[in-house]
Amino acid sequence: MSEAAAAHHDHTPSMWDWKRWVFSTNHKDIGTMYLIFAIFAGVIGGAMSGLIRWELAEPGLQVFNNGFWGNEHNYNVITTMHGLIMIFFMVMPAMIGGFGNWFVPLMIGAPDMAFPRMNNISFWLLPFSFALILISMFVPGVGGENGFGGGWVMYPPLSTTGHDGPAFDLVIFSLHIAGISSILGAINFITTIFNMRAPGMTLHKMPLFVWSMLVTTFLLLLAVPVLAGALTMLLTDRNFDTTFFNPAGGGDPVMYQHLFWFFGHPEVYILILPGFGMISHIVSTFSRKPVFGYLGMAYAMVAIGFIGFIVWAHHMYTVGMNVNLKAYFVAATMIIAVPTGIKIFSWIATMWGGSLSFRTPMMWALGFIFLFTVGGVTGVVLANAGVDQSLHDTYYVVAHFHYVLSLGAVFSIFAGFYYWYEKIWGVKYNSFLARTQFWLFFIGANVIFFPQHFLGLNGMPRRYVDYPDAFAFWNMVSSWGYVIMALGMVVFFILIIESIVRRRKAEANPWGEGATTLEWTLSSPPPFHQFNELPKIK
Amino acid sequence: MRISAVFGALAAMFCLVTAAASATPVGIPTDQALGFQRAASPVMERITGFHNMMLWIITAISLVVLALLVYVVFRFREKANPNPSKNSHNTPLEVVWTAIPVLILVIIAVPSFRLLYFQDVLPETDFTIKTTGWQWNWEYEYVDHGGFTFFSNMTPDADIDNEPYTEYRNLSTDLPIVVPVGATVRVEVTAADVIHNWAMPSFGIKMDAIPGRLNETWFQTDIEGIYYGQCSELCGVRHAFMPIELHVVPQGVFDAWVEASNEDPYSGPDVLAAYYDSTRESRVAAAQ
Repeated sequence: MSEAAAAHHDHTPSMWDWKRWVFSTNHKDIGTMYLIFAIFAGVIGGAMSGLIRWELAEPGLQVFNNGFWGNEHNYNVITTMHGLIMIFFMVMPAMIGGFGNWFVPLMIGAPDMAFPRMNNISFWLLPFSFALILISMFVPGVGGENGFGGGWVMYPPLSTTGHDGPAFDLVIFSLHIAGISSILGAINFITTIFNMRAPGMTLHKMPLFVWSMLVTTFLLLLAVPVLAGALTMLLTDRNFDTTFFNPAGGGDPVMYQHLFWFFGHPEVYILILPGFGMISHIVSTFSRKPVFGYLGMAYAMVAIGFIGFIVWAHHMYTVGMNVNLKAYFVAATMIIAVPTGIKIFSWIATMWGGSLSFRTPMMWALGFIFLFTVGGVTGVVLANAGVDQSLHDTYYVVAHFHYVLSLGAVFSIFAGFYYWYEKIWGVKYNSFLARTQFWLFFIGANVIFFPQHFLGLNGMPRRYVDYPDAFAFWNMVSSWGYVIMALGMVVFFILIIESIVRRRKAEANPWGEGATTLEWTLSSPPPFHQFNELPKIK
Repeated sequence: MRISAVFGALAAMFCLVTAAASATPVGIPTDQALGFQRAASPVMERITGFHNMMLWIITAISLVVLALLVYVVFRFREKANPNPSKNSHNTPLEVVWTAIPVLILVIIAVPSFRLLYFQDVLPETDFTIKTTGWQWNWEYEYVDHGGFTFFSNMTPDADIDNEPYTEYRNLSTDLPIVVPVGATVRVEVTAADVIHNWAMPSFGIKMDAIPGRLNETWFQTDIEGIYYGQCSELCGVRHAFMPIELHVVPQGVFDAWVEASNEDPYSGPDVLAAYYDSTRESRVAAAQ
């Protein structure tokens, strides 16, 4: 290649050139757009949880009392949208679209993703999908009330005959489009990882984050089409008089639940597995030690992904399933604790004998390990169908899945965000602000969610706009926790603005010898096109 | 009719050997509670026992992980250990931390399966109550007692009072269901419109009410008193406002209530009120 051609490839278009973003085929630009999109959606989803905690701060109706915010239906709409937005438009875009796009090619020594133009459409479907779901809140849902309030699980008949307006049709279209985006992204990642690794990088030398993305995208590829099928059946049940889920025509509402959770359970692993990968790199980097039990770590993720497909009905213990079937799902579900335990212990063993420096990403990672353990062990409790009969659909479940997602997935996202902050943005962040945010999040999230275990044990059901007076105390505590966490978000935005204003030049590798993966061999931010000459892996 | 029902209840009362009966709420959430509601059925007693065991195990696991984290954070911090080891394999250790969790899970699984089959396989039952979930109330049918039916609606906040017994916001209903103490009751659960869930925490019951399906569950309790449950599957706008109120009373009172309800379900609460009034007097007398 001539020098002129090489120089042409190094040319970075202006940040203010709209074509650079709209027509982007560059994995780093697309990753950046995904990250900004996720932050935007996260703020909306987080504001919704603020309305929920505000409503639940005291018994009675404070917010959804037929005033500005509407009535109990609007509360249901807000809880539904909070769930869908946080899952499909915050965690997934941040982890898979954002960090995945940025660092899978960098870590495997590839110049870009396998299908750069498909990458573009994967991203650009999302804003439209997000717009549809937001619009759904402002069109009739049921009985003249706007929006869909049937929960993120969208169980029929509440989502069919129970919501006669067009709001839920918009939700279906939104999720179909988000699903297409995910499937295209998954195809792209799988192809990239299998075909574009640098010479010498065998699967067993691949960084664990790439392993986690490989497993995640396989889960996406296999699970999302099932959701699409279930949603399409809802659509035809609603609009074309089919009766897939209507017993009056020979259908069965429980069939939907099986289809939904066949997608839904792998989905929760989709949300956490990339986090596992990031935490492994962060723990290793700040211990200045290689990851302990690399192969065990990689295959633990494969095992979690595989078992994740055969445990779905543990979300449905109360539908009246055959007792032997329940017993099977109890056994299968509990087995997941084994590979998860391997990961927790391997992270600790990675630190054992290391030389630990407690930089910001490491603090998030340590917080993640402990809080994910807490969320994990309550999962083992819930796995037992016998005791789940008491805990199903109570706040105990809410506490459990927020410990693994809000304190697990979200903590790992922030860990990754600070780990790669300089690499992505090319500037340094203020680590005092970052630590302040960490402590506000750590304390706030625990104050929100730990008391919810007590509420659930004592019988407070989920998705309740109002509750018996006896539940008042812990609900008030939980709502104060939200205030603390919201302060953490304020600090987060101050941190971003501060780093933009100050523009301290980033180093290529701020973390030293512990950071061994390929992205640290490049400048921060990396050149617009990297690895024109493929790196060789020994 | 109403009068006769009241007299029937009064007659039943005099047959009572124990005067412990009262309108005490038994199955109810309590302020600042940390754990389950009071266990009042064999199933809930076993659930509570199993959960207590699980709580020890999960607390121990969490504390072990926390202790390990605290230890590595202090022992292997940069100042204490400037030169990291390069050790990244230890097969025996990996086998151990795979095997020990498996062992713990087996220890959990045995009582877990025992509990599951105990609660899921119905014993011989004395009679059946059929309940149907509607948006947003519960319909009950006493199929073995003349087949009378009634709808149970939440008591609106404005109507909450303390006569003839204390009512609770979001828990009390206009027409509670009644069962005799000691009876083994089969509950059939279904729904008419969308999915609901008939839950009674003190009995360890939570059963989906699904259109087109007939689910069954059971309970038996020896503790007289009032029990509350709430709909536990999102069912629309008033999901939070379709509670379940259940009274456990002596057989005689139950019989009088059944007789009255067969005539007119709205006279059933009068039977309960008369019974609670009379026991209040006898308790006062006993105290004097």
